[in-house]
Amino acid sequence: MKNDKLSLNRWIAEAEEKGQSLQEFLMEYNMRQLECDRGQLLDKMKEMLRVMRQSIDFGLTGVRSRSGLTGGDAKKLQQAANQSEACDLLGAKARDAVIFSMAVSECNAAMGRIAAAPTAGASGVLPGVFFSLQKHYNLSEETLAEGLVVAGSIGLVIADRASLAGATGGCQAECGSAAAMAAGAAVTMLGGTPSQAGTAAAIVFKNILGLVCDPVAGLVEVPCIKRNGSCALQALAAAELALCGIGSFIPADEAIDAMKSVGDALPCALRETAGGGMAATPTALAWARQYFSQDKDK
Amino acid sequence: MNIIDVIGPVMIGPSSSHTAGAVRLGLLAAGILGSRPVQAQIHLHGSFAETYRGHGTDMALLAGLMGWKPDDARIPEAEKYAAECGMQYEFHKIDLGNLTHPNTVLFRLTDAAGDSCEIIGSSVGGGQVKVTAIDGFPVELTGRLPAILTLHEDRRGVIALVSSTLANGGVNIATMRLFRNDRGGTASMVIECDQDVPPSIINLIGALEQIRSVRFIAGVL
Repeated sequence: MKNDKLSLNRWIAEAEEKGQSLQEFLMEYNMRQLECDRGQLLDKMKEMLRVMRQSIDFGLTGVRSRSGLTGGDAKKLQQAANQSEACDLLGAKARDAVIFSMAVSECNAAMGRIAAAPTAGASGVLPGVFFSLQKHYNLSEETLAEGLVVAGSIGLVIADRASLAGATGGCQAECGSAAAMAAGAAVTMLGGTPSQAGTAAAIVFKNILGLVCDPVAGLVEVPCIKRNGSCALQALAAAELALCGIGSFIPADEAIDAMKSVGDALPCALRETAGGGMAATPTALAWARQYFSQDKDK
Repeated sequence: MNIIDVIGPVMIGPSSSHTAGAVRLGLLAAGILGSRPVQAQIHLHGSFAETYRGHGTDMALLAGLMGWKPDDARIPEAEKYAAECGMQYEFHKIDLGNLTHPNTVLFRLTDAAGDSCEIIGSSVGGGQVKVTAIDGFPVELTGRLPAILTLHEDRRGVIALVSSTLANGGVNIATMRLFRNDRGGTASMVIECDQDVPPSIINLIGALEQIRSVRFIAGVL
């Protein structure tokens, strides 16, 4: 029996053949998978959106992580942009996406409550993109919930064809996948076509390919928090390109497969083991030594 | 895998393996002991030993031992609650060898009645967990489904008696694994079920002649 992998390209083709929006097509798909009705599926998504919103609010209070290494930056970014034009290079939509993403990621590092969508380490990207779009385009809760179905479905394809875990595929598989999920969802929430959503996801993978997972001292803090912010930006940039009608030479499925083959080629030191990348810099090693020795004294 | 696995679960950060998985290991350990421990010696191995403070693994393990779920907002303050409910605990580092999974914990737990139990479990990624030994006896318990854990005499017919008791009680067996030390010695069954098993059925199994102990352990995913 042939075991066909899930295919974003196939879903897109089927949706366009039926003249359906991607969110409508994917809601029907997931209702069949979960054996539930539309209301139940959307309620579950709304529950996750509420958690995301709470994580943003908690992060924006300026919380610090348990290790003391990080915290307070989302709040700082929010305050600075209000005070100085030089601190508003990105423009409000992109800036808010970064602020919200980092807020959730700081909430996570501070042992706050998050929705691990798709993972705890990459939990900032989706809320950052979704709640920035909600704020600036006045999107309804219903639209966001449908967008989350699209994001989750793209995540299913990635999980099936590659991986969502940093320990398996590096940060490209974790924050990168979150960005691809957010980009495809953003396109659908702003009225783009199914194939534009696929294009946006493909563009993200082209741009983040090779991103390694290199957490300082093994903690989900440096460089993870800023990576969440940066991957939210990648998502918005890819969505904008796709919505403007720019295509991707490489189709979404093949971009995901390329991400997998790069992940397979990554050495162990660059897959969440704190053995390489930023984690292996002298500054990181010195901090980690001090941090672990404090621990031994206790 | 379905969309609910991708968009979720809701958990206390920062790490699915070191925080959410650690809560689940605590939950399983308390389930195996049969009640909330009054004393817990908690030995951390590998990455758990190195990064437990930054990941809140210690708070997460205590939270699980108190029966809390991975999304419980009180987890960062588990220490305070443990003191309030009279649970004594100590964290130690241990080296269980290179072959042991890097995210492994060994619990030595004692309950209010003085019964004690030693449990080894690992957080194997993405919040999934596996208990691999109970009182030195090898098992495999993941907490994905409700489960029954037996210790029994390795004699013919025991499995049939237990499975027919479950069938008569309307419980469907999802998976089943057997372990034993010696032929004719002590054996153990881990039976994962599609339904929670009511105490009446657990008591019927416990009353079987060859069964030394039986425990129902709720799913933790």
